Amino acid sequence: MTVAPDTLTFECETGNYHTFCPISCVAWLYQKIEDSFFLVIGTKTCGYFLQNALGVMIFAEPRYAMAELEEGDISAQLNDYDELKRLCLQIKRDRNPSVIVWIGTCTTEIIKMDLEGLAPKLEGELGIPIVVARANGLDYAFTQGEDTVLAAMALRCPEKNPVAESEKIERNAISKLMNFGRNKEDVAIQESEYVKHPPLVLFGSLPDPVVTQLTLELKKQGIKVSGWLPAKRYTELPVLEEGYYVSGVNPFLSRTATTLMRRRKCKLIGAPFPIGPDGTRAWVEKICSVFGITPKGLDEREALIWEGIEDYVKLIRGKSVFFMGDNLLEISLARFLVRCGMTVPEIGIPYMDKRYQAAELALLEKTCHEMGVPLPRIMEKPDNYNQLQRIYELKPDLVITGMAHANPLEARGINTKWSVEFTFAQIHGFGCARDVLELVTRPLRRNNNLKDLGWANLVKSEAKV
Amino acid sequence: MKLAYWMYAGPAHIGTLRVASSFKNVHAIMHAPLGDDYFNVMRSMLERERNFTPVTASIVDRNVLARGSQEKVVDNITRKDAEEHPDLIVLTPTCTSSILQEDLANFVERASIEAKADVLLADVNHYRVNELQAADRTLEQIVRYYIEKARKRGELPAGKSDSPSVNIIGISTLGFHNHHDCTELKRLMADLGIEVNAVIPEGASVHEIKNMPRAWFNLVPYRELGLMSASYLEQEFGTPCIDITPMGVVETARCIRKIQQVINAQGGNVDYEEFINNQTLHVSQAAWFSRSIDCQNLTGKRAVVFGDSTHAAAMTKILAREMGIHVVWAGTYCKNDEEWFRKEVSEYCDEVIITEDHGLIGDAIAKAEPSAIFGTQMERHVGKRLDIPCGVIAAPIHIQNFPIGYKPFLGYEGTNQVADLVYNSFTLGMEDHLLEIFGGHDTKEVITKGISADSDLGWTKDGQAELNKIPGFVRGKVKRNTEKFARERGFKEINVEVLYAAKESVGA
Repeated sequence: MTVAPDTLTFECETGNYHTFCPISCVAWLYQKIEDSFFLVIGTKTCGYFLQNALGVMIFAEPRYAMAELEEGDISAQLNDYDELKRLCLQIKRDRNPSVIVWIGTCTTEIIKMDLEGLAPKLEGELGIPIVVARANGLDYAFTQGEDTVLAAMALRCPEKNPVAESEKIERNAISKLMNFGRNKEDVAIQESEYVKHPPLVLFGSLPDPVVTQLTLELKKQGIKVSGWLPAKRYTELPVLEEGYYVSGVNPFLSRTATTLMRRRKCKLIGAPFPIGPDGTRAWVEKICSVFGITPKGLDEREALIWEGIEDYVKLIRGKSVFFMGDNLLEISLARFLVRCGMTVPEIGIPYMDKRYQAAELALLEKTCHEMGVPLPRIMEKPDNYNQLQRIYELKPDLVITGMAHANPLEARGINTKWSVEFTFAQIHGFGCARDVLELVTRPLRRNNNLKDLGWANLVKSEAKV
Repeated sequence: MKLAYWMYAGPAHIGTLRVASSFKNVHAIMHAPLGDDYFNVMRSMLERERNFTPVTASIVDRNVLARGSQEKVVDNITRKDAEEHPDLIVLTPTCTSSILQEDLANFVERASIEAKADVLLADVNHYRVNELQAADRTLEQIVRYYIEKARKRGELPAGKSDSPSVNIIGISTLGFHNHHDCTELKRLMADLGIEVNAVIPEGASVHEIKNMPRAWFNLVPYRELGLMSASYLEQEFGTPCIDITPMGVVETARCIRKIQQVINAQGGNVDYEEFINNQTLHVSQAAWFSRSIDCQNLTGKRAVVFGDSTHAAAMTKILAREMGIHVVWAGTYCKNDEEWFRKEVSEYCDEVIITEDHGLIGDAIAKAEPSAIFGTQMERHVGKRLDIPCGVIAAPIHIQNFPIGYKPFLGYEGTNQVADLVYNSFTLGMEDHLLEIFGGHDTKEVITKGISADSDLGWTKDGQAELNKIPGFVRGKVKRNTEKFARERGFKEINVEVLYAAKESVGA
């Protein structure tokens, strides 16, 4: 056993770990952006992955497809431009989307297909915007795919509102929803509910109900969310002017944050992420402090949430959790679980952006000190094989891991939670704290039900050579 | 470029990995970018595998792109050798690595000097072969390697086994009902008094390969995997290969008669006619089923069939020959097997379709309007859209096609399973149809007085809109809880904020 350090330690291993390919982001983004079409330009390998990863979604006539490269494309016997034009014309004819997103893959990187160069030309010919995102496995892991897409979209957000001020409000789908069926005077009165502050745009793709909840959360403090990147439709991308404030809702959005700062001249509010009641509160407080607002009612609000989830917290208090690492949500989730009273020996993570996640890391450290638990080791680019050896040694109460390891670990008597579920479940804001714990405690609750059966270890012990 | 979002056969490396991970103590190392090790997820999930899938990736990242893999691949091979002590390590290229054109053969050569395990490079071209062809090729490569190795060392067995024996070739992980088929085939061989010499690749050790020449004949149940290995063994040792898939009553009998012929040609003296007769009339229920009134009702009903060539061909023959069902068209996505497929099914269906294009098959189903479909998961979903029942008979498959219960498709128990599958597909369709004629199930609406039935609470439009986003199966509960919450706190109307406040207070 290693002795626990008193500050966060960062280590880096071999990068032989299992995660989803970043092209998987099309799975949730095509559903989020309703008028989009995602074209993944890759090989059979990419197509097969999506087909298996997206399981049932495939059959619902998805708004995504593969442009499957054949030998002629690889050896440049066929002309990229003509081929892409042919496919995009077909997409335009069959689906008529407001935007086509080209997802570049490993193969397009290696054969150096100039997607960024081809897109503007084809965009002119087709009359449909073409956004290029290179979400490939050479550079990125799983959720970082969304980051590359949003970074590309950030450049497409309108610069200035071309419309009159009164209609500007209507651009925003959320406020439209809030004002649905109200008359103009009511809306004007509503405007006065907000404090005067510079425009704030939030970035990160979340399910609509979560968007609504977080927007309302800020409204309670008198903060108005001017828009979200991405919006429900490509045609509703938020206006970004120089000096606007932006804040990320997910820990894997480094590139998007950088793009918004450097290219769109926005000011980034670096806050912990609104995951868990502690994170949500810290996120709201940070935004308030930037706008010079004294937050109100957060104490009671957070206490109430903790009260509501006590039955779940009881189940995990004092237990240990090991993150193998595959989706970049690990730091935020670990911080929330430490606050729930868990110990975390190791947090595996594909990529650690210490600047973008600075506030989250600080909160993790602070939380560990306050809860009096040892600080976790943060393992960037982990090595799954080594991690398994550490898991055998540490015997954690719960391992959060990918599907490749979940069944084999369960068979060896180790509780696991499939990590991908955290990316698809609703985990943001005060209202979803319970949903996170629902996931975390499920294996523990299930195994409590089975614990007297004596079936924990279901593999024949192997002779160790 | 091709526009597609569904493919019937996976990429080549999946085939190689299926063969490698079917063997015991064989490890595959993929030369692949992050995320390409999706095979491990599939195997762990679909097969509910208790053990770690023996596949790791030697990651191709930006650095490899710039400088080449250099020592990385060799290090990963020798490291895995030390960690797991496998008998064999198979270096598996992916479509990405095949464009990089690194000298993987050289890595293999260097690694074999250091590693205790044997090291092979899977010899497959990603842009020319699919999963099934690659699996067939890899299996042959491994068989050939170990036969030649044994020959060099003089370890090949002399002559055949004393009593008739068989190698069953082509049972593999992630194969459609392979485990159950394997059990059924072993049972059949035992009934016929034939010793099973080896089953490869599933569960076999590579050390068993050198004993394969002892068998009197090779049985290859599936056309997609094993034919190359069997023909290699036939060339080298003259071992006859039987490639009649024992699926359906007639084909099973044909397969057994062929076995009889092969054994008697090698000096055996067996007569299986009595066995076939007894099984057909009394053990399998399928022959009796085809005479029964139930099956009479299926006469002339229209069906379409699509799948890999093994299952689609066998199914077409069962439907037409054994049940009197009218097969409108039969098809396969195994383009490389087109000639064989046409020859097998032409007399049993009106039309043959050979394609890898799921869109084309969907259209063909819509056009034919059959009463039932027998196909892959994709056809099942097409059936759902068109309200036509579908029995799944071939990969690609989902987790429900890996049943825990015993469900072989081959042999005599297989005939029972197939009969059930067919019958259930059709009756379900019939039931639906009758319901439609008689105006559905009991249509009286159940009226429950919810808490809100006589309440004075109104929902604002935004509240209602948000409520409508909540999945149907919990919406009623959420609505009741919210109204209860609103009443307790004296709200007159429910808007979106009240809805979420209620959600938090209930903690649901």
